[in-house]
Amino acid sequence: MDFEVIFSYMPLYIEAFLLTIKIGWIGIAISIGIGIVLAFVLHFKIPFVSQIAKIYVEVFRNTPLLVQLFFIYFGLPKIGLSISAQACGAVGLGLLGGSYMTESFRSGLEAVSPSQTESALALGMTRAQLFQSVILPQACSLSVPAIVANVIFLLKETSVFSAISLMDLMFTAKDLIGLYYNTTECLFLLVIFYIIMLLPVSVLGSMVEKKARVRMFGA
Amino acid sequence: MNEILRINDLSKRYDDYAILEKINLSVRKGEVVVIVGPSGCGKSTLLRCLNGLEEIQEGEVVLDGEIINPNKKNLSKSRERIGMVFQSYDLFPHKTILRNVTLAPIKVKKRKKSEVEAEALALLDRVGLLSKKDNYPRQLSGGQKQRVAIVRALIMHPEVLLLDEITAALDPEMVREVLDVVLSLAKEGRTMVIVTHEMQFAKAVADRVIFLEGGKIVEEGKPRDFFENPKTERLKRFLQTFTYETVENDEIEMEQV
Ligand SMILES: Nc1ncnc2c1ncn2[C@@H]1O[C@H](COP(=O)(O)OP(=O)(O)OP(=O)(O)O)[C@@H](O)[C@H]1O
Ligand SMILES: [Mg+2]
Repeated sequence: MDFEVIFSYMPLYIEAFLLTIKIGWIGIAISIGIGIVLAFVLHFKIPFVSQIAKIYVEVFRNTPLLVQLFFIYFGLPKIGLSISAQACGAVGLGLLGGSYMTESFRSGLEAVSPSQTESALALGMTRAQLFQSVILPQACSLSVPAIVANVIFLLKETSVFSAISLMDLMFTAKDLIGLYYNTTECLFLLVIFYIIMLLPVSVLGSMVEKKARVRMFGA
Repeated sequence: MNEILRINDLSKRYDDYAILEKINLSVRKGEVVVIVGPSGCGKSTLLRCLNGLEEIQEGEVVLDGEIINPNKKNLSKSRERIGMVFQSYDLFPHKTILRNVTLAPIKVKKRKKSEVEAEALALLDRVGLLSKKDNYPRQLSGGQKQRVAIVRALIMHPEVLLLDEITAALDPEMVREVLDVVLSLAKEGRTMVIVTHEMQFAKAVADRVIFLEGGKIVEEGKPRDFFENPKTERLKRFLQTFTYETVENDEIEMEQV
């Protein structure tokens, strides 16, 4: 492995890394927003909207991100809406992630024991007080593991951004390999940067998971 | 005759299956009514009808002149006046013991936090759990959790307290510490409706015992008569399930030889 090559590629990788993180986390923020809203819609069985939410979740959970990105990136201009590659990446990731996050938050809400509802109602709480003080905090703790898993999954999914010419890590690696054939160095850097991107999330995620578990179950 | 709670012709069905049929019951202020009966006879269902956790198909529940109706808008207002403690404690796992106790008075009754906390601490002290105030439910034993659940109900100053088999999930050595709290509540004149399988406790605490079977009140009476001179054959049989015949020793020896 040629370390001179590695050092010379470093700036390109750093740039790609920052772009990947930026788009990745914007997408994740969008997905969490969608997830929270739609989980409420489904939990409270809001008529009509919840049917649409169900369809959305199934469509986006059951199609690959690549296909979704193609639809947005090449499809939207056909109806007169053009979108930048970056925006497309963030929106695409947000929509895919939204379907997963919806399910995670919703199952968190559902996982709160019904006896919690009964004991809160028996104390004279209204439905709103019950939801705010009893259901929601517990549901958040219960959905933490699934949400951490989603975040890691979505960060890894960013690797398909290259397909819509977003200059992310994957794109940069493929590009450099195509130009100079330094396959070993390029792939080495690729692995390193993905690990730098994901390792802190995994470690932090495990800590939060542990905290949430202790809060709910004491172990 | 100072009636606080009345049940008029209450019937409860799941689909077509009748759980409770035409139950009539009147509870006086300060009275302790104990309900016993075989498993599945509808004891829990009856208690849950009293605070509107279950819909009823016929009849009504009247608390001090006010009808409790599960479809009513201000059902939560009526529930403030009826405390309930469940078999499985159902403390809020994400809150400390103190917050478990103070949550409802602060949120529901909008009382001042400092005042509620002072009362909570006094009540926790009374049940011997002051030192646990900053712990979480998971750090307490079953008996301790159940005492907290009682305090959580008491701090709402309920006019009637409903207890549904509150010792059924406890290890035998913890039953006593919980029942002692209930006995002391009875002594201070609390109105309570208690479902229990602890017959000795029922005898000690009750002003009146009710035998529920097949969704109907089969027999009721003062604890002495109820347990010592049951009138109906069904109650006799039920009470017998709590006593054990002495095993003849020589029979065992013969089998062992
Ligand atoms: N949601 C429900 N749907 C249908 N049947 C139910 C439902 N809940 C309870 N039942 C039935 O109602 C009957 C009375 O139940 P309940 O829990 O009131 O009995 P219980 O007297 O409290 O019994 P236990 O001593 O075991 O607690 C039982 O036969 C039970 O199967
Ligand atoms: Mg029961």
